[in-house]
Amino acid sequence: MKEIELQYRHPPDLLHDGEIPSDIRTEELVLNMGPQHPSTHGVLRVVLQTDGELVLKATPYMGYLHRCAEKIAEKVSYRQFTPYTDRLDYLAAMNNNLGFALAVEKLGGIETPPRADYLRVIFAELNRIASHLMATGSYGLDMGAFTPLIYCFREREWVMDLFEAASGARLTYSYITIGGVREDVPPGWVGRCREFLDYFEPKITEYNNLLSFNHIFINRTGNVGICPPELAVAYGLTGPCVRGSGIPWDLRKATPYCRYDEFDFDIPVGRGENGAVGDCWDRYFVRVQEMVQSVRIIRQALDKLVEGPVQAKVPRMVKLPAGEVYCEVENPRGQLGFHLVSDGGTSPYRLKIRGPSFCNLSVLPVLAPNCLLADIAALLGSIDIVMGEVDR
Amino acid sequence: MFTYERPKVEYKGLSRPIVRLANKWGPIGIPLLLRFAWGIFFAALVFVVAFVWLVGRFVNPLLPWFVRDLVVVVGLLAFVCIVAIIGIWGERKVSGRIQSRLGPMRTGAWHGWAQSLADGLKFVQKEDLIPQDADKPLFRLAPYVALVPAFCAYLAIPFGIGWVFHDSDVGLLFVLAMLSIEVLGVIMGGWASNSKWSLYGAMREGCQLVSYEIPMGLSLLAAVASVGSLSLVELGRVQDHGWWSWLLFQNPFLFLAFFTYYIASLASCKRSPFDLPEGESELVAGFHTEYSGFRFVMFFFAEYAGMFAVSALATVIFLGGWNSPVPGLASPLWFVIKSTFLVWVQMWVRWTLPRIRIDQVMHACVKYLLPFTLLLFVGSSLWQLYDNPDHPLFEGFAAVLRFGLGCLGLLLLGLYFAGAAYGFYHRNQLVGQMVRKHLPGA
Repeated sequence: MKEIELQYRHPPDLLHDGEIPSDIRTEELVLNMGPQHPSTHGVLRVVLQTDGELVLKATPYMGYLHRCAEKIAEKVSYRQFTPYTDRLDYLAAMNNNLGFALAVEKLGGIETPPRADYLRVIFAELNRIASHLMATGSYGLDMGAFTPLIYCFREREWVMDLFEAASGARLTYSYITIGGVREDVPPGWVGRCREFLDYFEPKITEYNNLLSFNHIFINRTGNVGICPPELAVAYGLTGPCVRGSGIPWDLRKATPYCRYDEFDFDIPVGRGENGAVGDCWDRYFVRVQEMVQSVRIIRQALDKLVEGPVQAKVPRMVKLPAGEVYCEVENPRGQLGFHLVSDGGTSPYRLKIRGPSFCNLSVLPVLAPNCLLADIAALLGSIDIVMGEVDR
Repeated sequence: MFTYERPKVEYKGLSRPIVRLANKWGPIGIPLLLRFAWGIFFAALVFVVAFVWLVGRFVNPLLPWFVRDLVVVVGLLAFVCIVAIIGIWGERKVSGRIQSRLGPMRTGAWHGWAQSLADGLKFVQKEDLIPQDADKPLFRLAPYVALVPAFCAYLAIPFGIGWVFHDSDVGLLFVLAMLSIEVLGVIMGGWASNSKWSLYGAMREGCQLVSYEIPMGLSLLAAVASVGSLSLVELGRVQDHGWWSWLLFQNPFLFLAFFTYYIASLASCKRSPFDLPEGESELVAGFHTEYSGFRFVMFFFAEYAGMFAVSALATVIFLGGWNSPVPGLASPLWFVIKSTFLVWVQMWVRWTLPRIRIDQVMHACVKYLLPFTLLLFVGSSLWQLYDNPDHPLFEGFAAVLRFGLGCLGLLLLGLYFAGAAYGFYHRNQLVGQMVRKHLPGA
């Protein structure tokens, strides 16, 4: 681990020259934020070099949640690895499952039935709503507003109920599997889903009134942590972070997978309404707007949901031909990529996972200098990392 | 069938007879106590009122002064503790309802009324932990320095005519001074903890409180200048002709001064949106990061005692204190009701707003609040100059304006109650599914 050198504003050897009286000597303070800290969203450790409230330098250290997911993939069969993908970004397990399933299907040339595709879209978007609800609520908590978090959890609970009805689990679903989805949704599920959408849509206005357009909130997040478009591209930011910087880049539009090209939706981007383009408020508000778009997509997918099988004919022990494939999907936090190398066996030869949180976090040391201490919480919250995916 | 037998434990020491009694009568007594909790509560209330009246009417004149002082101080101490205990429980209930939760529901059977007591017992049982590198004497001293002044402030706060420990000529100054000593305890605790988070919290508290004391004092001085007394009893006494005589409605400057005072008092109590010293998401727990057990409770008590104290000050000076809205019904009960309402508003604000950043806090104070309160002070003083029989024209104008302000105040109150009624009427849409079952009339 790198030793941090103290940078003295007034070097100590100067003090004896009589230039600066010793009683006003000021030093920089090294502050160890994390791994246990309320606003690092997990076990992230950030070493802050501060001058009073001003942060001069922030260095993130990660690896406290490393579970060797990529190595495990080489030892288990393709089907057995699906539950491990749940644990990557545990707030968006459906999307992770989808990414892995798509990678395997791409290499194996497996065709999925249309009903499975629509169900995948519905569940992926529902999980995007749940994940963005979590991000929105906890961002409020980072800013010191406790109530939006509880409101968001109230709505997220309904999504969890929908997932539980379909898959039996509330957090780690393993529902989207290779060749389709595990089983069809129970009778009456579609109606409950529509009920939820009708209930949920007006609630977004409620969050906006309570938090997004709150004057204090705008003051805290507008013009803070500005990430210009060039910087966002240079650091490989994806998801709401790059869209918050004003770049309309969304894999669902750019390289449509899973029949996303059949749906009509917009890509919300940050426009710098309350400050500069790419500030924390933009990144936050892109998430809020994406929830509206997800509702739109789910409504269309529910209308298109055709009858039929939900599983392609895939053998229990999947065997892929030798080859290499890279498949990316648009996760709530950005592009989740699976680089799958197969030697023709029943388990991957190598599986490299590109975690969006990891790449998004890389921009923190660039944005953090000359922020105040309280802005670090705003920055981390707006980048919205999940440590399970950063460390894998 | 499996039956559970209570293990025989030999209790030693003084608590033995208590434990025996509790074992014998507890299973009957405690449910009975809970069954009649409301009855017992009201009986206790009646008893306390009767006791206070009896003592004041017959016993007090016969007692030497120090006995009277002792009784009153102990009574005040009990009052402060009750305020803190009910305040902590109330805060949790209020936050629960605001967040469509229930808050504590189980402890003590009726809406978790015993939650604070249970928490207090838990805190007392905790290990008395002092960090190894802490400055031990200061670390031990800090909670007392925080709590004792907050309690001392109550010595000069009048609950009614004759319901004051010491009717000082400079009562207001005494209360303000006591409230601002609390910061010393916080800085002491933050420094002695030898933790950087605590230090940050303490320094934030220091700069925040020192800057907000000035607008706070200036807003009160505007009222003091219009009455011409620093005595809190005197300040309350001039407002006894009904709600239109409350200082809040005396002139537009005082009307605004009430709001500036309230904002500044939020900052001086470390209440949201000024809760930076303990801002959870930035500084883990701020100045009390390293405190646990009973020392933490003392900081906690100090906060709630301070909350009620600043609300009491606002009540006495702007809202007529113990005087009823219509003349002739003055009672300490009015004082408690009004102060409780202001405390409730503090909770309401806390669970609604995000936190302000430290530079914005200082910015808001130095650039806006301070000049504005200075303006109010000057304006109120000028108003006093002309609002007298020597200037009949101005006096008429002032009377009309006073009437308008009174109407505005009533309108605000009406809006509040209308909002509450709207919320109550639409309670099914506003709260979550779990709360809905427990709502009245559900």
